Amino acid sequence: MLKVHRDICGYCGCCVSVCPEGALELIDAYLSVEKNCTSCGICAKVCPLGALEVVNEKQV
Amino acid sequence: MKNRYDVLVIGGGPAGALAAKTAVEKGLTACIVEKRPAIGAPVRCAEGIGQEALNEFIDPDPCWISAEMTGAGIIAPDGFFMKLESEMAGSKVGYVLDRKFFDRELVWRAANAGADVAVKSRASAPIMENGVVKGAKIDFCGKISKVHADVVIAADGVESKFAKWCGVDTTVPVREIMSSVQYVMTDIDIDQHSTIFYLGNDVAPEGYLWVFPKGERAANVGIGISGKKSGDGHRAKDYLDKFVKKTFPHGKTIEYIPGGVSVCRPLDCTVADGLMIAGDAARVVDPLTGGGIYNAMFTGRLAAEVAAECIGKGDVSKKSLMPYDKAWRASKMGKAIERNYHIKEYLIKQPDEKLNDIIHSVSKLNLKEFSTLTLIKEIIRVNPKLVLELGALAASLR
Repeated sequence: MLKVHRDICGYCGCCVSVCPEGALELIDAYLSVEKNCTSCGICAKVCPLGALEVVNEKQV
Repeated sequence: MKNRYDVLVIGGGPAGALAAKTAVEKGLTACIVEKRPAIGAPVRCAEGIGQEALNEFIDPDPCWISAEMTGAGIIAPDGFFMKLESEMAGSKVGYVLDRKFFDRELVWRAANAGADVAVKSRASAPIMENGVVKGAKIDFCGKISKVHADVVIAADGVESKFAKWCGVDTTVPVREIMSSVQYVMTDIDIDQHSTIFYLGNDVAPEGYLWVFPKGERAANVGIGISGKKSGDGHRAKDYLDKFVKKTFPHGKTIEYIPGGVSVCRPLDCTVADGLMIAGDAARVVDPLTGGGIYNAMFTGRLAAEVAAECIGKGDVSKKSLMPYDKAWRASKMGKAIERNYHIKEYLIKQPDEKLNDIIHSVSKLNLKEFSTLTLIKEIIRVNPKLVLELGALAASLR
């Protein structure tokens, strides 16, 4: 699943624009991940800061 | 905020502000909903705009202009410097804005013209009836209210969620998102009247790095790289930090701003039943320069003009709203996007050696008209070989 490293996230919305599922939503300084996230990792790749990571359920 | 408007505008950036202002000037009721608590901040923009482009919408005001530009420079991958100046040496060719105040000014003007504004108010879902957009559910501090409208103008920026909820695919392809970071830096040695662009696969793969002056010894220092080239250890921030360490080791960073800029083609269609899409949300950023302020204001204003006509006729169907889509595509702006998309696609495929060759061919250009088109034409003129490589595209530039 997708983990948001909130200490790194700059809440810019770059990830939101590339999410094919529309599963990310930026509400001011908080990025939320909806249930329909498929952990495809596209957002993690494009994040300018490296704030997103696809991890195993156990690692969360 | 009332529960019904002629036009509901999602987003309080330049596209939304121009849409709302134009709508009320046409005699409609309009409201801007902005999810952030403040208009204009944080700024996710390098803030550059051409002089003529700005003047088409608003008279320059020192309150929101950080610096006036008289030239530009392009730095080749090997460090060679190409200087660009206006034929009229020393004349003003563009501005670096202070978007915090610029955006606020635009929304003020919309409000003074009669538009309602609601901040910290997020459109959380469209109101749809039989596939027609009829308004939006607005979340204000956790309280949700329904706002009905004849036309909703989605001007919600690069995230572009509203149109997506209405069934329009706004997803930006990975290779066409510019993954970006910008520092506002002070105490750095710069030419305060020139914007500088650094090119090269080691500097900014499939993108560029910019230094846009914000005044004496201060600048927006930023970078955009293709999402395709981004990954652990080689993200936009890594490239920018490398550059800053080398170029401005003693500079001080007073703002740290990540962001995303789309450099894809515009959406296939920017209208639907009861819905119009403007600005970055419509993907009308210039794919070559990444500039979007003018394009946002242009499409925002045009959307409201067409909305006013359609509301007047009592028909806000997709077919009725189509003149908006057709008009911006046929405009100078629409044609520039199409042309610059092709030029961008050509340039990102070139190795550094080729970029060096092109930039070495001219060390100083005095442009009759200070625009990307004139620059491209000049470069082709001194590199006749490019005509063959560019094929039909070169012909279209004549």
